[in-house]
Amino acid sequence: MATTAATVGQVGHAGHVDDRSFLRKYIFSTDHKIIGIQFLIMSLVFLALGGTLAMMMRWQLGFPGQAMPGGTVLPETMAPGGVLLPEFYISLVTMHGTFMVFFAIMPLLVGVFGNFLIPLKIGAPDMAFPRLNMMSFWVAVSSGLIMLAGFWAEGGHAGAGWTAYAPLSEAPEYSGVSLGQQLWCLSLIVLGLSSMLGAVNYITTVINMRAPGMTWFRLPLSIWALFITAILVLLAIPILAGGAIMLLFDQTIGTHFFKPATGGQVLLWQHLFWFFGHPEVYILILPAMGMVSDIIANGSRKPIFGYESMVFAIMGIGFLGWIVWGHHMFQSGMNPTLGQTFMISTLFIAVPSAIKVFNWMGTMWRGSLHFHVPMLHAVAFVAMFVIGGLSGVFMASTPVDIYIHDTYFIVAHIHYVLFGGSLFALFAAITYWYPKMFGRMMNPFWGKVHFWLTFGFYNLTFFPMHQLGLQGHMRRIYDPTEYTFLQPLQPLNQFISIAAFLLFASQALFALNFILSWFTGAKADVNPWRDNALEWSVPSPPPHGNFAVTPTVYRGPYEYSSPETSDDYLPQDKRLPTDRMPASQPAGD
Amino acid sequence: MGWSWLLPHGASTFAARIDFMYYVILAITGIAFFVVELGLVWFLIKYRARPGRKAEYIHGSTKAEITWTSVTAVTVVVIGLMSGPVWNQVKGRHSVPADAMPLAARAQQFEWHFTYPGPDGQLETADDFSLRNQLHVVVNRPAVMLLQAEDVIHSFFVPAWRIKQDAVPGLGIRVWFQPTEVGTFELACAELCGLGHYRMRAQVTVHTQEAYDQWLAEQGQNVAIR
Amino acid sequence: MKHAMLSAVTVLTAGLLGAAGPAVQGGSVTGTVKLTGTAPANPKLDMSDEAACRGKYTTDPVITASGGNLQNVLVYVKSGLPAGQKFTASTTPVVVDQEGCLYHPRTLAVMAGQPLEIRNSDPVLHNIKVVAKRNRGFNISQPTKGMKTTRTFTAQEIAIPVACNVHGWMHANLNVFTHPFFAVTGADGSFTIRGLPAGTYEVEAWHEKLGTQTMTVAVPATGSAAANFTFKAGS
Repeated sequence: MATTAATVGQVGHAGHVDDRSFLRKYIFSTDHKIIGIQFLIMSLVFLALGGTLAMMMRWQLGFPGQAMPGGTVLPETMAPGGVLLPEFYISLVTMHGTFMVFFAIMPLLVGVFGNFLIPLKIGAPDMAFPRLNMMSFWVAVSSGLIMLAGFWAEGGHAGAGWTAYAPLSEAPEYSGVSLGQQLWCLSLIVLGLSSMLGAVNYITTVINMRAPGMTWFRLPLSIWALFITAILVLLAIPILAGGAIMLLFDQTIGTHFFKPATGGQVLLWQHLFWFFGHPEVYILILPAMGMVSDIIANGSRKPIFGYESMVFAIMGIGFLGWIVWGHHMFQSGMNPTLGQTFMISTLFIAVPSAIKVFNWMGTMWRGSLHFHVPMLHAVAFVAMFVIGGLSGVFMASTPVDIYIHDTYFIVAHIHYVLFGGSLFALFAAITYWYPKMFGRMMNPFWGKVHFWLTFGFYNLTFFPMHQLGLQGHMRRIYDPTEYTFLQPLQPLNQFISIAAFLLFASQALFALNFILSWFTGAKADVNPWRDNALEWSVPSPPPHGNFAVTPTVYRGPYEYSSPETSDDYLPQDKRLPTDRMPASQPAGD
Repeated sequence: MGWSWLLPHGASTFAARIDFMYYVILAITGIAFFVVELGLVWFLIKYRARPGRKAEYIHGSTKAEITWTSVTAVTVVVIGLMSGPVWNQVKGRHSVPADAMPLAARAQQFEWHFTYPGPDGQLETADDFSLRNQLHVVVNRPAVMLLQAEDVIHSFFVPAWRIKQDAVPGLGIRVWFQPTEVGTFELACAELCGLGHYRMRAQVTVHTQEAYDQWLAEQGQNVAIR
Repeated sequence: MKHAMLSAVTVLTAGLLGAAGPAVQGGSVTGTVKLTGTAPANPKLDMSDEAACRGKYTTDPVITASGGNLQNVLVYVKSGLPAGQKFTASTTPVVVDQEGCLYHPRTLAVMAGQPLEIRNSDPVLHNIKVVAKRNRGFNISQPTKGMKTTRTFTAQEIAIPVACNVHGWMHANLNVFTHPFFAVTGADGSFTIRGLPAGTYEVEAWHEKLGTQTMTVAVPATGSAAANFTFKAGS
């Protein structure tokens, strides 16, 4: 299939007959839409698994030392008599973080929506490298299988946190874990390969395959965000892979990168991990912000407020994200003077994030707000990202961080940006693009019920964690009641656990809605949300090759309530008598 | 108490300055929180779709962008300028008082071993002794503790003193503090260090000078070997 | 040839039945391990911080000798067995108990494949860290009283350290053998190693603090050979 840039009026690839076999069409597919859906199914499974692990953690925290319901199915090495062992609790903490970051949120944002949206929204028939794309998915699956295998390893699964600090992560005599931690390293190295293949594809596609008239500043913010994210992935993931290889070598072939007794440096691991890890957290939020922008503009029937500022804010966050990593290491024994410099850069990254929040509010201001299910989640994203961002200011201040580092205040912050932020954005995005993916609508009533239950139980679970942290409650603690100063907080721990169980149970509504709508959902129109972007001008779902005729783009994607038309939306590829044709050259400008 | 935004009682000279920074940031972020969240709710109500009302076709406002960018930037600069000196006082290498009593702490899975200088007030002399999981200091006197780790990373955390410092194998890190109240406090490990991490605690006792001297004399008779 | 075959079968039977089985054929080595001189004082223990254990044991019983009889000495056949001979491990577990925040006994000996049962009789978290060179080590927890965990080992190895990190004074040592010819002295300092075919053997006595003593012993086809060891305090 040709992957050169399209020209005006060119017949698109959707005009050809599709004679692929079932295996080629749905299993080993090179079609970006199918690959996006494959990532979706894989990631939702890992999201459910990560949530299940969290429920087990919350059981132990809320009811320490008590047998967990259903716990007797677990082997003696994990939970004899259903009571979790301390080392199993630590592997739950580790694997909850690992599955959620690497196998749920990252593939959902980047693997699903990067794949599904980029070619459609820029007017391309597929990605620049469709076979590389297919490989990216199956390599990710392999990585997931390696990670799952760790549960069966002797000595248990990885047990040094998702951050895997050395020396604990490389010394089985201290952690009790050997094979499990090695599989953890290996899995991430393999996943890194998958991510790199994806990043290369996304960057090339956005630069080279935009339809005529789709200039950079007519790209939807979701695409800008995915593009900058792909650059972050390309540059950051190799550092994780490199560090993981060094760790694996220390574990297996006798190197000493992180062993001080023989010339290594313990803090080297932290620098490598966080130099990757901080851009990683922006990888985990930027696509969410981009998609939220698309949805809020749509739900407000109004152009995005400050489009250029939003683009520069995405770039600003992407750039500044490289020079803040030391804020994870303020108390680590790193030179305190370095702490000052990282405080400055960390405080500054609050600025582009704040700009985005104000622009979302500006979008809603004087809009005509329609609260469809994606809009509900998108607005909740803004509300909760604000909380997560504001809590970050406390940690940015190095002296305050002395007190709150490694407490539940940090856990609250993480979950406000990753769950309150990214996951709510994902609920919005999945609901929004479900009709384009599957040709059916998710049920709106149950969507609203799921939203309100999730929003309520979510805040009841995570907001009180700020308070726990402020009282000094440490992280990764198997039994808080061991400390006198934490005993009065136990009722709060129990409250949080019960809220968490109810939060988890509420997700059944989303799962059922997702699965059942596939078969019995209302058939979707071409453009159920009355959106302007290019994917809403092709069938739901689009055929292989996407566009029967390569679209021509005349304007940006946020021309809602334009005076130039009586509708309250104006698609990017709708030509008005006043529009000029773009020049007939490849869309590489 | 569990629902409070107030910090628990502080008992060191650091607590006052750190707590002050916390409350300043709480005030600033609290104001931002209410302005933004209430504004958001207000917009959701005021601008909800109603028949006959159309959204306004506005693309932005350069004036608004400049305003909110500057306000945010100035605010974070102020927070940074206020925070810097406090950090320096706690962690700065040149801020340890010259007359601080020397101590040594060794963190290992899953115990804390504290070495005391004994009556001569000097470490690495014959009258040094070590105790397991017990830190004894004198009220209103600064102490400087050389913190080391035996095996993996641990973290020395005394919530009441607002002090936290990771103990890193291969590094010797000087931690100083000055308690302001007599009493017993808890020390917790604040960096995941293995399966016993949740139980790696120690008792901190702050004595008056007289009580400390008496305790020290008793140690001469009762020194336990690790 | 016939004699050797009979002995081999006897030894195998002895291995199957275990040391405390019914009348075992073959010769035995028996003796007492003594300590002469004044034993140095055992280290004091400070359990004041551990509410579950404090007050019970005030010293670490590294050297335990009553009436000159040295306890916790590992005695084993070091060499002299026919090469390549295989023995079946007993299924009876060797038990080590954590009680009063000490290991009982502190010298453990199992056959490769024989279960070691670790018990926690204390109402407190212990972790059991075994760092071995030829065997697979582990580091596991027993947070509650009454817990039992069983582990087995595969390779011959002497003096494997066993430790608890929650209570840093807790030490034991584990010894794994591919043959059944070993014993640990009890309170009376005595030991008996049964089921040996006739021959000359090097027998070693090992104490965790006092070192090793070796002796060559000629073992008859039936009946016992004497092997008495003496450790000197201060050595």
